[in-house]
Amino acid sequence: MPGLVHVSTTINGNPTDFLCEPRQSLLEVLRDTLGMTGTKEGCNDGNCGACTVVFDGRIITSCLALAVEAQGKEITTIEGVASPEGLHPVQQAFLENAALQCGICTPGFIVASKALLDREPDADEGRIRHWLAGNLCRCTGYDKIVRAVLDAETKMKA
Amino acid sequence: MTANIVLSKGEYAVVGKRPVRPDGVDKVTGRAQYGADIRLTGLLAGKTLRSPYAHARIKSLDTSAAAALPGVYAVVTAADLPFAARSKEELGGEYQRLKFASNHILATDKVLFKGHPVAAVAAENAHIAEEAVKLIRVEYEVLPPALTVRAAMAAEAPLLHDDLFTAELGQLADKPSNIAAHMAFEKGDVEQGLAAADLVVEREYETASVHQGYIEPHNATAFWNSDGQLNIWCSTQGPFVVRSAVADVLRHPVSRVKVTPMEIGGGFGGKITAYLEPIAALLSRKAGRPVQLLMSRMEVFEASGPAPGTWMKVKLGVANDGKITAADITLAFEAGAYPGSPVMQGAACALACYDVPNGRINGYDVVVNKPKTAAYRAPGSPQAAFAVESVIDEICGQLGMDPIEFRLRNAAKEGARRVEGPVYRRIGLVECLEAARNHEHYRTPLDGKHRGRGVAAGFWFNRGFASSVNITVNPDGTVNLIEGSVDIGGSRASIAQQAAETLGIPYAAVKPTVVDTDSIGYTMVTGGSRTTFATGWAAIEAAEEVKVQMRARAAKIWDAAVEDVEYREGVLSHKSDPELRMTFQELARQLLTTGGSITGASNVDPAGEGNGFGVHIVDLEVDPDTGKATILRYTAVQDAGKAIHPSYVEGQMQGGVAQGIGWALNEEYFFNEQGQMMNSSFLDYRMPTALDLPMIDTVIVEVANPGHPYGVRGVGEVPIVPPLPAIGTAISHAIGRPMTKLPATPGAVLEAMW
Repeated sequence: MPGLVHVSTTINGNPTDFLCEPRQSLLEVLRDTLGMTGTKEGCNDGNCGACTVVFDGRIITSCLALAVEAQGKEITTIEGVASPEGLHPVQQAFLENAALQCGICTPGFIVASKALLDREPDADEGRIRHWLAGNLCRCTGYDKIVRAVLDAETKMKA
Repeated sequence: MTANIVLSKGEYAVVGKRPVRPDGVDKVTGRAQYGADIRLTGLLAGKTLRSPYAHARIKSLDTSAAAALPGVYAVVTAADLPFAARSKEELGGEYQRLKFASNHILATDKVLFKGHPVAAVAAENAHIAEEAVKLIRVEYEVLPPALTVRAAMAAEAPLLHDDLFTAELGQLADKPSNIAAHMAFEKGDVEQGLAAADLVVEREYETASVHQGYIEPHNATAFWNSDGQLNIWCSTQGPFVVRSAVADVLRHPVSRVKVTPMEIGGGFGGKITAYLEPIAALLSRKAGRPVQLLMSRMEVFEASGPAPGTWMKVKLGVANDGKITAADITLAFEAGAYPGSPVMQGAACALACYDVPNGRINGYDVVVNKPKTAAYRAPGSPQAAFAVESVIDEICGQLGMDPIEFRLRNAAKEGARRVEGPVYRRIGLVECLEAARNHEHYRTPLDGKHRGRGVAAGFWFNRGFASSVNITVNPDGTVNLIEGSVDIGGSRASIAQQAAETLGIPYAAVKPTVVDTDSIGYTMVTGGSRTTFATGWAAIEAAEEVKVQMRARAAKIWDAAVEDVEYREGVLSHKSDPELRMTFQELARQLLTTGGSITGASNVDPAGEGNGFGVHIVDLEVDPDTGKATILRYTAVQDAGKAIHPSYVEGQMQGGVAQGIGWALNEEYFFNEQGQMMNSSFLDYRMPTALDLPMIDTVIVEVANPGHPYGVRGVGEVPIVPPLPAIGTAISHAIGRPMTKLPATPGAVLEAMW
């Protein structure tokens, strides 16, 4: 059994400390050590995007990051997207546009979509499709997801 | 987008609206609890050892080193399944069925596909379990595999089962074979019909194995208490089906098995089979602690799903006026390692869109050294449609007839008899064809080189089966709706809407909850396009029962005869005394002081079929240098009967189309000669991404189903049927050669062009 490593990080604005094995992924620690199961595992090899989190301003698949890499970083997960005042416009748009069916890919899509709109508030359909190509959805055919992101974009500007 | 076409006459307050789903907030915030999210005190992690070979005999199995590893709590093999201790004599006619079911969970003498489970371990965490699995020693004698239907049907093919005898039109053959069954449907006189034809076209088609591709891997958590109570938490389309399967293979009473369905991350038919649940249960019994098993993505590809690869032959005869005179069809479907492909459904769907006077369909269910196939959205129908619709398109070309006109001339209507027997009630295929023909997409010519347009129709039965719902009235005028149908795509909303409509109360006043198998009556799977239809029906009946009891209570309070109390749009009133009037909410507040709570319960099993039809139009462009096909435009038209929640109906249509596009263009199980899957990751299996697809236009046609109170037909299956032939024929038109194999990958398209 390898020794445990102490990691100090910030998750959704909260200073967070945890112990992990060097071989554990960030996804595993989020879900199993910290109980933050909103971040989903779909493939564990970086191909589906269900475990997308924001890591020092960039979106990454947390299954491909080692938990020890979180030392000193700022991480945002799906649990950090809504505020106590209510849902983020992207979340509200997903609800109103029926942009989810089973919902397992939804946290990843919402984290990725919010990250896009945060940096490109005028992203068009083509840009949205390109940005979200790393997130797989098997239920919706993406139509309503893309429309939801466009809808959120409009509402965020208003 | 084109407006939906409403031909049904009902006027509704809640049905047909687009409210936010009740589970929506939990699912956009990450709070919804899926199977892998459950955390129990003392939870152990399980891992399964799987066969590296597609076909091999197990010569020896030694788990001692795994069991001895610190942190390991239990190791199980097939010897721990009750089947191992039961004799052929004791089991009699049940022997083969139980042997197949048991060996599929954990292999005994032979492994039949790469990924076949051989043993499993429960340990302190998943990493230790993984290390322990590597310590299990298995000695295999590798056997040659049979990998395709045609190879497996050959006389010299390696046999998967030495005791599998073809059920040949009801009789058992005397020599073992990989052909598990041969079935046939026949109507009229096919030879005479072909002789009377002016044109006969015959072609062979093949399709590859494809996976359902749900994003959430299979998972199961089990706790076997020392009193014999077995609790299971899993992501399944059918908690009651899992309960029966687990009880069957573990020889445990169903009443001692409680299955709690967690939220489910996609299924499409692939999450009905109990793969992990019995293993988790055995591990828990040995360890005395709860055990959680999660499949990796590779395990999902290699040991769950897929839909069958197929070989098909279609011969169609038509008269010069475009009327079909006869059809002769042969379908051979891969069952995977154990019998049970959906070839019978494929055979029944093959000609279901047309009123065919003379038809014959032969179906073969063939075992091969691949994972046992599972249902996938309209099981069997997309493949059969690819073959039949492609021949029809070729005939249209030869006759110089518009493909929608041809289909209108032959379309099945009320009163038509399908080849396998049933007679249609009112159906909406003609209305779908007309809507497609009138659509701006179809009326806009497709110009440009290397471009092609495809049109195809598709069918699914949409049968009912058993569902149960309980509705209890709350003191604040809301109701709790308890159901057994797992919500895989918005069904909490569509069922709550039907209850609200029936009760005449607002949608927000109905609070639906999906419960475990101890807490509601038997409910069939969420699948087969049945949930909004049948569980919706159960909700309507439970609501009607609530209304009966509410009227009786009002009569009691008013000291009136119950026949004098009316219930209309959520208001109770006395027929002759206008002063006696109460809203649902006002009466609800009085229930606890006037005789107690009110619950309406219903268990339904609707007979008959909803019969769904769809017609799709696709435009695509083929790159002549690479062979890659790009979808330019896609329109899906479908008769939903009544769209309870139109957004989720559109979503079903768009999702089915996207899966169909993947099936037609890129997805396939790619095996090496030893039967090992070479593309068992999302990167290499390559499902469509947001970048691969355009917006998918939908037109919902509503021809009310006479067999449902609100006219619902069910919608989930149909939209995956037309894409295969629509895309196949569009490519054929773009390259000027017939595409007879799917997927039409860039390589396959280039080959067809050469």
